[in-house]
Amino acid sequence: MHDLYLAAQQAGELKDGLQSIGAGIAYGAAAIGPGIGIGLVVGSAIESMARQPEMQGTIRTTMFLGIAFTEALALFGFVLFFLAKS
Amino acid sequence: MLAAFTFPPIDELFRWQDLAFGDTPFAINKTSLLMMISVALILIIFIGGSRRMKLIPSRLQNVLEMTYEFIDRGITRDVIGADATRFTPFLGSLFLFILFLNVWEVIPFIQFPPTARFGVPLYLALQTYAIYWYVALRHQGFKYLTGHLFLPGVPWPMYFLLAPIELLQIVVVRPFSLAVRLLANMMAGHILLTALALLTAYALENAPIIAIGPFALNVGVTAFEILVGFLQAYIFTLLTAVYIGDSLHPEH
Repeated sequence: MHDLYLAAQQAGELKDGLQSIGAGIAYGAAAIGPGIGIGLVVGSAIESMARQPEMQGTIRTTMFLGIAFTEALALFGFVLFFLAKS
Repeated sequence: MLAAFTFPPIDELFRWQDLAFGDTPFAINKTSLLMMISVALILIIFIGGSRRMKLIPSRLQNVLEMTYEFIDRGITRDVIGADATRFTPFLGSLFLFILFLNVWEVIPFIQFPPTARFGVPLYLALQTYAIYWYVALRHQGFKYLTGHLFLPGVPWPMYFLLAPIELLQIVVVRPFSLAVRLLANMMAGHILLTALALLTAYALENAPIIAIGPFALNVGVTAFEILVGFLQAYIFTLLTAVYIGDSLHPEH
């Protein structure tokens, strides 16, 4: 009887642990693409600012827009992290 | 040694007790109290500051004029167009409200951004959603929908794929991503600051020398969070302006 109780407890702990691992992997995977994407956006923005400094204001606004759209994917992953954990 | 460190449940960082009028729809907790204080602060600063305007501005008037200029020129005119100055009051109050709410994150002894509760950004996003649909239906009518669903210059079989995606984009993804972006940024910042502060406190009790690491990191991250709070307020307002501009003028 005691063994059975222990086994049940361990199963619960196993479930918790696996949930945490899954949430961690989900968020990590969701952050890969946006990381590359934001790098590309900012890199191109800096390059074009260096080429045409007089367009700086417009480029910066567009850069923030690009970052915001790209970043949204990573943030969905962040929300998913909390959903998967609970 | 540090392995014994446990992080408290997430709820403890975001759930607050009712301070007054508990169990009624008007219950006040830390989140709503901070929102009220923010609104009062904005009103006091702006109405008080613009009471006696001079040709040669004082320091406060200078700051207020710069804020107005930043929103009117940097956001309204540049993003929507010169014919849209009637949206400046809305965009300005949106920007200031979110900025003040975000900055509570780093004010000592308060250290909680109300925008880290989903209700606040969700409400703001739904407000934006209602406004851009209203403007779209009023200025473009049904053409807004068809212009979005059937982008010009695309071979027609692609419409079977693109039209549903575009519909989902303007109906669901836009307001949802607007709300989640603000929420997740502020929530992540709050959790990060709490984790570093707890780590510092824990290290101080057990091994005071290594407490320097998390403490220095905490100071740095606090400065970074001020930047993030400003940037998120700016991005929220900017995207609102982009969506309104998209509703006001047909696709270029």
